[in-house]
Amino acid sequence: MAFVSSGYNPDKPMENRISDIGPKKYDQFYPPVVAKNKGTWLYHEYIQPGVYFHVAESGDKVYTVRAGGARLMSTTHIREICEIAEKHCDGYLRFTTRNNVEFLVDSEDKVRPLVEDLESRKFAGGSFKFPVGGTGAGITNIVHTQGWIHCHTPATDASGPVKATMDVLFDDFKDHRLPAHLRVSLACCLNMCGAVHCSDIAILGYHRKPPLLDHEYLDKMCEIPLAIAACPTAAIKPSKVEFQGQKVNSVAVKEERCMFCGNCYTMCPSMPLADTEGDGIVIMAGGKVSNRISAPKFSKVVVAFIPNEAPRWPQTTETIKKMVEVYAQDANKYERLGEWAERIGWERFFEKCELPFTHHLIDDFRDPAYFTWRQTTQFKF
Amino acid sequence: MAKHETPLLDQLESGPWPSFVSDMKQQAEVRAKNEDNIDFQIPVDVVEDLLGVLELSFKHGRTHWKHGGIVGVFGYGGGVIGRYCDQPEEFPGVAHFHTMRINQPGGKFYTAEYLRKLCDLWDFRGSGITNMHGSTGDIIFLGTTTPQLEEIFYEMTHNLEQDLGGSGSNLRTPSDCIGAARCEFACYDTQDLCYHLTQEYQDELHRPAFPYKFKFKFDGCPNCCVASIARADMSFIGTWKDDIRVDQEAVAAYIGGEIAPNGGAHSGRDWGPFDIQKEIIDLCPTDCMWMEDNKLMIDNKECNRCMHCINAMPRALRIGKETGLSILVGAKAPILDGAQMGSMLVPFVKAEDPYDEIKEVIENIWDWWMEEGKNRERLGELMKRQGFQKLLQATGLEPDPRMVQEPRSNPYIFWNEDEVEGGWTRDINEFRKHHQR
Repeated sequence: MAFVSSGYNPDKPMENRISDIGPKKYDQFYPPVVAKNKGTWLYHEYIQPGVYFHVAESGDKVYTVRAGGARLMSTTHIREICEIAEKHCDGYLRFTTRNNVEFLVDSEDKVRPLVEDLESRKFAGGSFKFPVGGTGAGITNIVHTQGWIHCHTPATDASGPVKATMDVLFDDFKDHRLPAHLRVSLACCLNMCGAVHCSDIAILGYHRKPPLLDHEYLDKMCEIPLAIAACPTAAIKPSKVEFQGQKVNSVAVKEERCMFCGNCYTMCPSMPLADTEGDGIVIMAGGKVSNRISAPKFSKVVVAFIPNEAPRWPQTTETIKKMVEVYAQDANKYERLGEWAERIGWERFFEKCELPFTHHLIDDFRDPAYFTWRQTTQFKF
Repeated sequence: MAKHETPLLDQLESGPWPSFVSDMKQQAEVRAKNEDNIDFQIPVDVVEDLLGVLELSFKHGRTHWKHGGIVGVFGYGGGVIGRYCDQPEEFPGVAHFHTMRINQPGGKFYTAEYLRKLCDLWDFRGSGITNMHGSTGDIIFLGTTTPQLEEIFYEMTHNLEQDLGGSGSNLRTPSDCIGAARCEFACYDTQDLCYHLTQEYQDELHRPAFPYKFKFKFDGCPNCCVASIARADMSFIGTWKDDIRVDQEAVAAYIGGEIAPNGGAHSGRDWGPFDIQKEIIDLCPTDCMWMEDNKLMIDNKECNRCMHCINAMPRALRIGKETGLSILVGAKAPILDGAQMGSMLVPFVKAEDPYDEIKEVIENIWDWWMEEGKNRERLGELMKRQGFQKLLQATGLEPDPRMVQEPRSNPYIFWNEDEVEGGWTRDINEFRKHHQR
């Protein structure tokens, strides 16, 4: 492994530096049928789950085949995507906002060979490389985060639980049988990178123990006022601590005020809080971002804790599967999970989904909590 | 023979969904064989060590990445997320494992040729592992060492004409829905506006100058396929002002069962024959539709453009012709004060190159937030702390009932002194002349 220079000269770092050129321009990568018909599309239709076409004013059609992607992927896998695109689509492809891959072709006869090719490709372990699906009233890819692959603040993994969940929900990736599309997302801590706060069903990594305090290093590693300001419940205050006979500046955490959000650790490396037994998963439900029929909704906490159960998180996936099945059976056509839960009442949602209702689910964060209690006599027994 | 035993991860190779474990194993093998004789610039076994450290995390139920990491390239204050393993002796291949954010093209359209160039660079100077894509939109190059950062940046800018994305307290990488490129609902060219503003604000993207992070997202219509309303400090959502275009023949075809509703999105189940009353008219949130002489009528003045009828009958109903966008502001995740969705600020603005009206709103907001925002305070939180009215002052916009879900129910109303006759300077002795103690 010998160092190979790119041409960059570390002795004159600002020489020949190119900056602020931004991304490649979008239209360099449009397939010809897209470039030609941009802005003139008339309508679209699904041929089968994962396959749809758009018709333009010119009469041109573009057929899209959507395939699931693991998001975390190797260059070997990307090269295989490129090979497929060159074989079937003149080298054009795109990714969706939920990290699926889309292959676009300009005539119907190109669709079947493409679908068959995609479905025939499997990894050595047996999983599909490019399962076709993820459209319509089904379940598409899970928007997710870094987890234990790359992040320092997670309370759970991302890629692992997502694979486990998609395996359980796989039939709905390839079907259109639900009342409406159902979006699942995951965030490995409550920074909620991604879409957990606005998804039909959401998996959220959560801690249940206050941070450890590394008093020896805290004042050296952290800007103490930032750690204090990082706490949403004001559980942290500055404090002088006796360490090996010396007074050192540090912080104190009022444990009964700490709700384990981990934001102080984000700001201060001397306040780690990850814990094998304490950490696990919160399930949320009922969020949406579209404005269709009802306004966008936040997801609500419906399960306060499920332990981390690597490698397949069976309690998490069973809970999700149960919610999907009850929703599929009970909701009206076009009704999103959150619309359904609000129509039948959350008391009925918990009953039908057989989820225990515990005190953890009642909001107690500041003034707005009041608006989530029930100021009416209207309820169902 | 794999470098580390991974009995837990091995269990994620089965099942139908594409296995990231299988993919990483194949990558580890490709690197080990090195059929293309690449002079790898970071450890050959980086992927094996990544699997090893992940297996250890599966065993412990805890992450094995050290806190934080500050690395980058000269000239920029962001774009690279530094990361170091907390067990470097056991997993030297990932002792350094930094992420580079690469600014993706609009709509995430690619050619195979271009992706291959990126792969060639990343195989040579990085782990060969990626995220396609990060939640904000970037291509994520996952795992390289510090000495490679400038080399990668040099090759990207000189050979690929490609820049980094954003990280830190700055404008993050903007992203868009597929828009007019392949959607009949797009009310403006999301890709053009996204590209235009990304280029316009390169300095704000690469050199953190803000109190905290700030995101743009561009949705072509209220279906919000890039979820701008939930995931961007400034959310640009397409809409229209005039009438929904109705093709009555196509409406009849839907009623007659010749066209499947919603493009066939519910084809996996028998929901019975299409019933326009039940599926469209009765579900309209403003109750502004009805049938008259077998024709679908819409009282467009009462329509709130939720998209339901258009989504359900895409061949019969089209968006209006007088199109533009709404700007909503303040969306954020829970930390600190609680999650927010975007709040309506500009109900309608035209979206036409050079987008001056839109830029004026953006820059007025930045001027206010950069001056008033506290350290690590998102725009949404500043709005809560100082009030929506301050946002109106900053942007010079007139208050409009479209900006609220409902008027306030408490009467704790502030008045400016100049709004009140006589002002606030009063003499108690004057008052006492008429009101004895």
